[in-house]
Amino acid sequence: MITLTVNGVHRTLDIDPSTPLLYALRNQLQLNGAKFGCGLGQCGACTVIVGTAPEFSCLLPVGAVGVRPVRTVEGLGTEARPGPVQRAFIAQQAAQCGYCIAGMIMRAQAMLEVIPAPSDEQIREQMAPNLCRCGTHMRIIAAVRQAARDMSGQQTLGTVSVSGARA
Amino acid sequence: MRADIHMKMTHSVLTGNLHGVSTTCRDWCVWTDALCNNGSRQIALDLKLFRAELQRMVANNASVQHQEHDIEVTRRNEFMKTKVTLLFFLVVAASLICTVRFWLPRAGSTSAPVQSVPLNPELIACGAGVAAVGDCVSCHTTAGGQAFAGGLPIKSAFGTIFSANITPDVGTGIGLWSLKNFTRAMREGVSRDGHRLYPTFPYSNYTHMTDTDIAALYAFLMSRTPVRAATPLDQPVWPFQYRRLLGFWNLLFLHRGPVGKDPTQSIEWNRGHYLIEAAGHCEGCHTPLNFLDAEKASEAFNGGIVDGWEAPALNARSRAPVRWSKEQLTAYLSTSFASEHGASAGSMLLVTQTLAYARREDVEAMSTYLVWLETQGGGNHVSHGDSSTLARIRRGESLFSASCASCHDPESPMNQLGGRPLLTLSTAVNADSPRNIINLILAGISQAAVASPPHYMPPFASTLTDSQIADVVAYVRTRFTQKPAWPKLDDAVAKVRKESNPT
Repeated sequence: MITLTVNGVHRTLDIDPSTPLLYALRNQLQLNGAKFGCGLGQCGACTVIVGTAPEFSCLLPVGAVGVRPVRTVEGLGTEARPGPVQRAFIAQQAAQCGYCIAGMIMRAQAMLEVIPAPSDEQIREQMAPNLCRCGTHMRIIAAVRQAARDMSGQQTLGTVSVSGARA
Repeated sequence: MRADIHMKMTHSVLTGNLHGVSTTCRDWCVWTDALCNNGSRQIALDLKLFRAELQRMVANNASVQHQEHDIEVTRRNEFMKTKVTLLFFLVVAASLICTVRFWLPRAGSTSAPVQSVPLNPELIACGAGVAAVGDCVSCHTTAGGQAFAGGLPIKSAFGTIFSANITPDVGTGIGLWSLKNFTRAMREGVSRDGHRLYPTFPYSNYTHMTDTDIAALYAFLMSRTPVRAATPLDQPVWPFQYRRLLGFWNLLFLHRGPVGKDPTQSIEWNRGHYLIEAAGHCEGCHTPLNFLDAEKASEAFNGGIVDGWEAPALNARSRAPVRWSKEQLTAYLSTSFASEHGASAGSMLLVTQTLAYARREDVEAMSTYLVWLETQGGGNHVSHGDSSTLARIRRGESLFSASCASCHDPESPMNQLGGRPLLTLSTAVNADSPRNIINLILAGISQAAVASPPHYMPPFASTLTDSQIADVVAYVRTRFTQKPAWPKLDDAVAKVRKESNPT
């Protein structure tokens, strides 16, 4: 029996410990944000946050997750109340087909938690593991820039939200 | 004629006095007649003759005396010879009697048997446990036949022997056997009617069983349903059709007596030792046999061959890659399967199927002893891994299949199409130090740094913990190389991680 903490919720799964986390998220937990792109850690469509770092969930067996909390795009916000990175991506219309986007969002989220004010160079470097076949890279970079501004703005101004109506 | 009479006669003749001389001698009678009938000249002639005769007689007497002495001596010699001969014959007779008694054991009693042992349920249950350890049923049952009804042909040095019907059937089984008969069979290999049993029946091991166990086993067998099944005649090879020769086998190879206790070992060890040596008779298969089907004394538990299968060595010569633990042995013996070793098969499967009916504490005791036995016996000592190594490798296999196999499994498309060499060829994997493989796993090979796609490898520094990386490394080492395992992998991974990440 495998116990995972996914988006703050403890889940117990009766599956083979060598099952890739991606499969558990999609099949057992119906969290279909993360996508199967290559199964080889080369496209990033499966990216989720495990602990504090972005990981290729296609290469991480559930048996190896341990107590590290798993966060997926579903945990960042809802359709009604999207999180800051999601809002930025919506604002910049950074999705074409959308297949790479969940991974892009999670990698961006992980980066911004460690590097709150990244330069363009840093954004490119950090986002490099994630590929986009539709060519929306420029909008993705713009979305990450905006998310950085929004999130640091929120931090500096405390509870006042910059990206929406003033509270 | 005696000399003193001769002298008297001579005196009488010379003095003419013939009275007072015994005339019993015929010669003398003839001579006196001659004297009376002839003249004096005749007397002188005759006297001469007489003297000569007398001398001759005296000489004779001397030789007679010698003869008598000789006879005396001879008689004495003869007497000694007789004594010696008598003694010799006594000894021969004694040895003959011993031999006869020893070769031809007396038939057992014909009194009614079953009343001699109370068939109470407790004793029968105990006996069932003994029968499970002794595995009577496996030899005393033929394929398609009823349990314990015998008839199984067993090839041995003595020829093809058929196991007996040991159900309490009166006509074809042991229904008439008393406990005494049964005990004699178990300890000495002698049947009720006195004929010797072939040592294929392992009485040379059962002889060590306690009286209690034998009585319990007897009660158990006597409580079975009688089955009418005549045992086929044995087909012995020359010269073993003469069962009396088995007496000599016993002389050489039957070592009676109980299993000794070792006070330095635990009670459980001692119980296991007893069970293994006596009823279990494990040595009977797991020891090489000589040409007379006797265990080679100096090679106990070195392994043997049974029905074409190898009965592996149970001592330090064991080739098991991982040392047997008590739990693994208990599982194997009672369920015919061990998660770290495999399934019992062939002749051993019969044994473990029967041991499933043995008392759990008995199987555990046997396992305790066997764990100790694994460490005994020298030569050819193979260094064994242990359970923790095996668990590590199994975890590593699970991790590898999820994290690495998509590129590094020999069957994966990335391996076959990407021109990526198998890990078997990797210098890092075959190196004496795990340093490079750990570095590779931690950092991967970045896409930006390389020209061709097969070169890329994702990093796992944040994906896997130190312990998990050690598991994968241990697995890769055994899966892709024949090299000895890297020791202290947890420390190695921690060290390399620290070195590559000084912050």
